[in-house]
Amino acid sequence: MTTTTTAAPAGVRRRAASFLHRHSGVRLSLLLSAPLAWLGLAYLGALAALFVTAFWSTDVFTGDVVRVFTWANFTDLVTGEVYRTVALRSLGVAAAVTLIDLVVAFPMAFAMAKLASPRAQRWLVIAVLTPLWASYLVKAYAWRVMLSSDGVLGWGYGLTATVVTLSYLWLPYMILPIYAGLERLPNSLLDAAGDLGARGWRTFRTVVWPLTFPAAVAGSIFTFSLSLGDYITVKIVGGKTQLIGNVVYDNIGAANNLPFAAAVATVPVVIMLVYLAAVRRTGALESL
Amino acid sequence: MNLSRTSRTLLRAALAAGLAVVYVPLAVVLLNSFNSDRTFSWPPAGFTLRWWSAAWSSAGLRDALWTSVLAGLGATAIALVLGTMAAFAVQRYAFFGRETVSLVIVLPIALPGIVTGIALSNTFHTVLGLPLGLLTVIVGHATFCVVTVYNNVLARLRRMGLNLEEASADLGADTFTTFRLVTFPMMRSALLAGGLLAFALSFDEIIVTTFTAGAGVRTLPIWIFENLFRPNQAPVVNVVAAALILLSVIPIWLAQRLSGGDPQTH
Repeated sequence: MTTTTTAAPAGVRRRAASFLHRHSGVRLSLLLSAPLAWLGLAYLGALAALFVTAFWSTDVFTGDVVRVFTWANFTDLVTGEVYRTVALRSLGVAAAVTLIDLVVAFPMAFAMAKLASPRAQRWLVIAVLTPLWASYLVKAYAWRVMLSSDGVLGWGYGLTATVVTLSYLWLPYMILPIYAGLERLPNSLLDAAGDLGARGWRTFRTVVWPLTFPAAVAGSIFTFSLSLGDYITVKIVGGKTQLIGNVVYDNIGAANNLPFAAAVATVPVVIMLVYLAAVRRTGALESL
Repeated sequence: MNLSRTSRTLLRAALAAGLAVVYVPLAVVLLNSFNSDRTFSWPPAGFTLRWWSAAWSSAGLRDALWTSVLAGLGATAIALVLGTMAAFAVQRYAFFGRETVSLVIVLPIALPGIVTGIALSNTFHTVLGLPLGLLTVIVGHATFCVVTVYNNVLARLRRMGLNLEEASADLGADTFTTFRLVTFPMMRSALLAGGLLAFALSFDEIIVTTFTAGAGVRTLPIWIFENLFRPNQAPVVNVVAAALILLSVIPIWLAQRLSGGDPQTH
């Protein structure tokens, strides 16, 4: 439905309009053509081409890509001590960030959803949303300033700094789904639990947590996936720390080995697909 | 609710502490931009506006800002068209593979940026033989920006229903006129919200940009990242960071105005 109204003569326009009105199939294919050509053909095609490249190799002397099928990249990836360490470290970082965000976000979201007045709630949501609009780089930079040896905190850079900064960056992505989940949770359920004699902790364990679990999982998809693919924050506050993203980046830049980079890049994708498949049953995908 | 006084206080304290943690680093950057000392030393040695004027007169910085604006506008324009088309198709028609369309649209933002980045740069380089530049940046950004427009328009179409469009057709308006006079005005704020998000996403993006920009093109995030590790540029980078923090209030304000003035309420 493009508005090419003014240029075309009235007769042609009239006929085009009535033709479109009568043929919904044509309308649908016109609407779908461009988005599907872009995202379905071009983007998925690019991903497929990258995946194929992972099975090629690079000529050691010329640096050209050799287009012959080989498992070599994946064998290197699995057998290489370094890559296993880096992959496990990345997983550990993603898991730690997700856990920290969950522990920090839950009480915040609970206080927002259940203790604040409706008016205050509106402002609190804005307060949580605002940092999302501040640039990612600026926030990572802010932690570089805070953590630098003569900064406010002065902890220095490294793995801990990376986990702290990533947790900070993705915290709103955890707060918002949990807040939305808690808002949907009727207060009457909490009252009922109380009337039946449950104290705060018991109510949380048997009523609140099971019902907001899908929302927490939805948040964890963001925190986990965003941490897993990150290499910029690591460069800014990580010191010498390497994550999967850095290995991919270094293999494209310095090592000029696209096939191996493509093979490494499949690691986070596979982990994410496994994670998504694992959490699908919780209904988390519907509360994204 | 049967929460004890203590747990209420504790929860409120947790909320306050959490918000403090969110805002303190940003405040430190703002303060530090007026720090007369070159390093991040804390507390600031003195107050100065020198770095702000240095940033203002930096040509490289201005170029980068302009490139970012161009890339953002280009990507947003493409995302508006593609996202709206896809949303109409998915919301108004039943067809085979309808659920897959949503998945394909979400995919570029769900996968790690580095995967999208190298997949696109590989395609531009080896498959299409396109030279990397501003155009390829726009294409890359548009790919992951479609989802924001799509989600906003889809939600609006769901709430809008078909009644008004049918009434317009009954009154004799053809497809185009109905779109221009009825459908489009009703979804204008959704398009604005989606476009705003798309622009912000593009303006902030660094990973896909790194792989699709080539040597000559420098967006603002790339400029920041390149200068981040140069000690003598630190004060100027800090000013840019502070300015971006201040500017991030604008979209929040716009978003508030948009959600306040929804067209279906009148």
